[in-house]
Amino acid sequence: MITDPGPVFTALADPTRRSVLTRLASGGAASATVLARDLPVTRQAVVQHLAVLDAAGLTRAHRHGREVLHEVRSEALTGAARWMTTIARQWDDRLAAIAILAEEP
Amino acid sequence: MEDSIVREIVVAARPERVWEVLTTPEYLPRWFTADTAEIDLRPGGSLVLKWAEHGTGLARVERVEEPSLFSFRWALEPGVEPTPGEETLVEFTLAEKGDGTLLRVVESGFSTLDRPAEKQEWHRERNVDGWRQVLEAIGGHFQE
Repeated sequence: MITDPGPVFTALADPTRRSVLTRLASGGAASATVLARDLPVTRQAVVQHLAVLDAAGLTRAHRHGREVLHEVRSEALTGAARWMTTIARQWDDRLAAIAILAEEP
Repeated sequence: MEDSIVREIVVAARPERVWEVLTTPEYLPRWFTADTAEIDLRPGGSLVLKWAEHGTGLARVERVEEPSLFSFRWALEPGVEPTPGEETLVEFTLAEKGDGTLLRVVESGFSTLDRPAEKQEWHRERNVDGWRQVLEAIGGHFQE
């Protein structure tokens, strides 16, 4: 079953959240403090963006000593990509059906 | 790149003929594999597709420019009216190509599909440029 990908797309609609996500994907788990140092936004803003990413299932937080580290979860993203592929395939089928109907003598 | 799916096909028929297949209740259910279709072919008109197993798909016609452009907004969930946050935009363009027609479909607006917690947010955040690169970049990162 493919779940509604709306929250994933909405989460990815914001450029800062995309930056946070790519930073976590390329650099591995990081704290909000470290992320804020790399990005042109406050730590508080980073925390809010991480909450949206968490809610969409794109990241998760875990405690590591005194720090809270955030990491990327691939499942939601894979689900959204699979959903897009399914939609694209449906359109291919429909376009092919339109062509057959239009080309009927 | 936007939050959209773009697919196209070359049809060996004139745009006028492809338009007929695209927009008339005689043909609509056949390519949509629906049981029945009703369409009020004018901007703001309704398009209703019925499937015995999936329920009823509701859409609202957006643009009708015979024979080159036909678009509608449709709801993600069966039985739900298309409204912002629940709908995507489907746009067909038809262009002459030799003796045939280049038929393109673009479905867009996935980033505006909504959840209550995000209701206020998406109105402000319509800038979706680049989200797909992120999807691909991060997707690739995890593909083993």
